[in-house]
Amino acid sequence: METPKTGNSPLVNPHASPLANPLANPLVGRANRDGAQLFRDWFSTLGEAAERGQGGAYVFVMGSLAELLRTFDFPIVFPEINSLQTAVRHLAHDYLNEAEDFGYSPDICGYVKADFATQMRGGQLPMGRIPKPALAVYTNACNTYIKWAEIWERMYETPIFTLDVPGTRSAGRVTGPGHVDFENDRKYVGGQIAELITLCERVSGQRFDIDRLREALGHANTMNRCWKRVLELNRSRPALFNALTDGTIYLGVANGLRGDAKGAAYFTDLVEEMEYKAAHGIGTLTAEEYRLLFVGVPCYPIFRRFNELFTEWGGTFVNSTYLWFASGGSNLGFEYDLSRPLESLAEGMLLAVRDAMDSMFFSPAILERMIADYAADGVVFHPIKSCRTVSTGLADSRRSLLSKVDTATLFIESDHMDRRVVSEAQLKNRIDAFFEGLATRKRQSVIAAGVAGAATPQSAPTSSNPATAGA
Amino acid sequence: MAYAAGVDVGSTQTKAIILDEERRIVGRSLMMTGANVVRAAQESFDQALADSGLREEEVEYVVGTGYGRYKVTFGNTQVTEISCHGRGAVHMFPATRTVIDMGGQDTKAISVAANGEIVDFCMNDKCAAGTGRFLGAASSALDIPLDQLGATAMRGERPVKISTTCTVFAESEVLSWLGKGKKIEDVLLGVHQSIGARSVGLLRRVGVTDQVTFTGGVARNPAMIAALESRLDLKLNVSEESHFMGAIGAALFALDRILASRIPVAEALTGTEGKEATA
Repeated sequence: METPKTGNSPLVNPHASPLANPLANPLVGRANRDGAQLFRDWFSTLGEAAERGQGGAYVFVMGSLAELLRTFDFPIVFPEINSLQTAVRHLAHDYLNEAEDFGYSPDICGYVKADFATQMRGGQLPMGRIPKPALAVYTNACNTYIKWAEIWERMYETPIFTLDVPGTRSAGRVTGPGHVDFENDRKYVGGQIAELITLCERVSGQRFDIDRLREALGHANTMNRCWKRVLELNRSRPALFNALTDGTIYLGVANGLRGDAKGAAYFTDLVEEMEYKAAHGIGTLTAEEYRLLFVGVPCYPIFRRFNELFTEWGGTFVNSTYLWFASGGSNLGFEYDLSRPLESLAEGMLLAVRDAMDSMFFSPAILERMIADYAADGVVFHPIKSCRTVSTGLADSRRSLLSKVDTATLFIESDHMDRRVVSEAQLKNRIDAFFEGLATRKRQSVIAAGVAGAATPQSAPTSSNPATAGA
Repeated sequence: MAYAAGVDVGSTQTKAIILDEERRIVGRSLMMTGANVVRAAQESFDQALADSGLREEEVEYVVGTGYGRYKVTFGNTQVTEISCHGRGAVHMFPATRTVIDMGGQDTKAISVAANGEIVDFCMNDKCAAGTGRFLGAASSALDIPLDQLGATAMRGERPVKISTTCTVFAESEVLSWLGKGKKIEDVLLGVHQSIGARSVGLLRRVGVTDQVTFTGGVARNPAMIAALESRLDLKLNVSEESHFMGAIGAALFALDRILASRIPVAEALTGTEGKEATA
């Protein structure tokens, strides 16, 4: 196996395991390889469904209910993921132009427009063909979801179902099981899920099977538990994975294969890989100088280059709010109670979707915690032009965060789909200035530490690795 | 005596400054950038050398800045113009805590610490509204040389309201006001106030302090100074060198490197380097 290039500092912690070459272990990099294969397989199944004329269940990342829909044998289609794939493959502009030629405004969500153009092309995407929507299920976590589904309703008379999930009443007032508000909300969500089951039975022609749901929830439990662990493991120094690039691969599997045995197995393997990397001090390909948090949605039109603008300075994204809200709240690690699957599904949906919304709308408190937990040097806020749900309020969140913690922040704007509003030169200028500021901070802290070190005896170095700490 | 240079390759003009180790300006140049950015950088540096009477090998360190900083092929390193304008402003006016830099195609609001470190910044995004380019459009529409716009606007008494935020549409809006019989002076005053309002919006995002330094080419325009001062209700720090502030900051960073290389590591760790190297 080829050893990854490491820049000017070693990837392997010299104080870690004495194994000759831990990087040679095939575990390292397995999740990225397997994730790509699972994606190809998933799209193959969608293509097969489209060929035989079977409709799909169109769902969204913030509360997909894939666990339930899978039990009716619906092929699961994530239009958001399809759209971002066109951007990553540098083809989004063709889709966006087609939708705009039809009359959609340049200001409307690029995901919606790419999907609309996909529908106009008979479901044809660069990755293959997707089935038409037999059913659309979405939550209120994003108001565009609702308008988006209405397009399919008009195009195909697709049955659409809004799962209305009550959000947190106000900042800091998060309620849990046992609280009267929470219990009322759970009943409300549970009632809607019962309605959805009736709709699914009608559309699919299949009876609801609670044992199949129990099985799917069991797989989702494994995935949730593992996702939470994977995110925690990235507190390691060096970071084990890049939250912006590697993390997006894991996120894709977390969404596409939720409630599926293959998804559960993938995440079990992922934990194994990350624990191995943590134990051996194996980091990402970046020689880690700065640990960063990312807030917002990635810049998919220049996905790789965008990340390079940070890694060239030694910046690694150790966590991202995207991995929280776009995983539908799986980061919580919630595990369904399989002895009462429907009640527990309502509870899980309520907790997860509410958390996804909170990680967008009440991010300062979450970020404050992340900065401490992940020993982050800075926070990158990335509002995107055509997504108001995620971007509105980011400037205010940044101010709120800075009033509580002294940390470096960067505020840069681009888009998740539209290359016309992505200016690499402008992004680079701002990112370079951000790192110049980080370098100054670091230099001053070294000087301060040097002065303090001259006055007091140095303490022994401590492990920053949660996998080995306390061992 | 050590010498350091800063070359600021902007979208419109390229500036070069040479400093001696006492931080005195000993050479400078200013020229249009044009299409060949590498040549502009080299010629600007050559002209500054000629102005100083120094030979190239006498300049120990060169920092490139501006959008064309990576085209300063003879430079030792690059620093963004955001850091350079902050550093230059604090050097010229040590009490500076906020900088507004208005250049040819972007406007930056920068919050700086006492040592010139950038605390925060924001810039106009993907649009040249509120920048020098907006004035360029007005200059073109009215056929008045750029360097006379400010003086003309200062004679205005009843400024018109420029509503567009688009530089391209600004030209047609300016012409439409003239068509309605408004005086050129009043139209131009309106243009300056419109840009001023937009720039103050950027400043408020990073936080306005009572020590605001105005840098960049537009800082030579008296009507723009007046528009900003009126909107902010304070007196701006404006240097005669405002146009060169990015290049001055770059040269200061270059000087830091020269001085730091002379300091033993032990002294650097105890803070001596910081004291010596910070203007």
